[in-house]
Amino acid sequence: MMLSCKEVTRLVSQGLDRRLGFGERLQLHIHLAICDGCANFRRQMLFLRKAMARLADLESPAES
Amino acid sequence: MSDFRSRVEGERAYLLRYASLQLRDRHSAEDVVQEALLAALAGEAGFAGRSNLRTWLTGILKHKIVDAIRRSSREASVAPDGDEFESLFDERGHWVDAPAAWTDPGASLEQKQFFAALEDCLARLPAKTAQAFTLREHLGLDTGEICKELSVTATHCWVLLYRARMALRECLEASWFKK
Repeated sequence: MMLSCKEVTRLVSQGLDRRLGFGERLQLHIHLAICDGCANFRRQMLFLRKAMARLADLESPAES
Repeated sequence: MSDFRSRVEGERAYLLRYASLQLRDRHSAEDVVQEALLAALAGEAGFAGRSNLRTWLTGILKHKIVDAIRRSSREASVAPDGDEFESLFDERGHWVDAPAAWTDPGASLEQKQFFAALEDCLARLPAKTAQAFTLREHLGLDTGEICKELSVTATHCWVLLYRARMALRECLEASWFKK
């Protein structure tokens, strides 16, 4: 069963919050290998996490 | 005023800015900062031997922020769907307009204006969505803890985080990457 792009966006997001099952990871991998839109989406999600971490660093106290 | 007390007071402005960013509400921010400062003064002994007052105070403040978010989430209820992004996909679930790669996102991370744009986008998220996302990405809680703080199910929690990411992606694309 092929995942749709919509389902892929949900799994990519959940993959940032929980460990995906083996079947989920396999299906995700297959889809991302052939779908540029979803591959870009995944890169954007990873970037967003990085940006939020950097934002937290910027706001966190500097050692005086 | 004791030396410790005046040093604690000296961090008020910083803490207020920190709390305002997290809670996005000036009044709640003032409340949590007040609670944190009182707790800090009552717990002066807990500071003994630590090197950095600001770090210690921020630690206390984070707990107060989590408490405040937990309280307000009991008051507000949420719609548990997350299908407001339905229109991005056709009836077979394919992208109507597939995401294109963002140009050199790494360079954005070096720019102050980028983080201003990101904060603007965060400020536009619905309250509960923003709270879940902040707890996850900013304070580093795992979904189990977030569900507990917001009194929602795990599935609902994933929906909130999904919603936040989808909305932020669209917002950043419009306000920053398509400039």
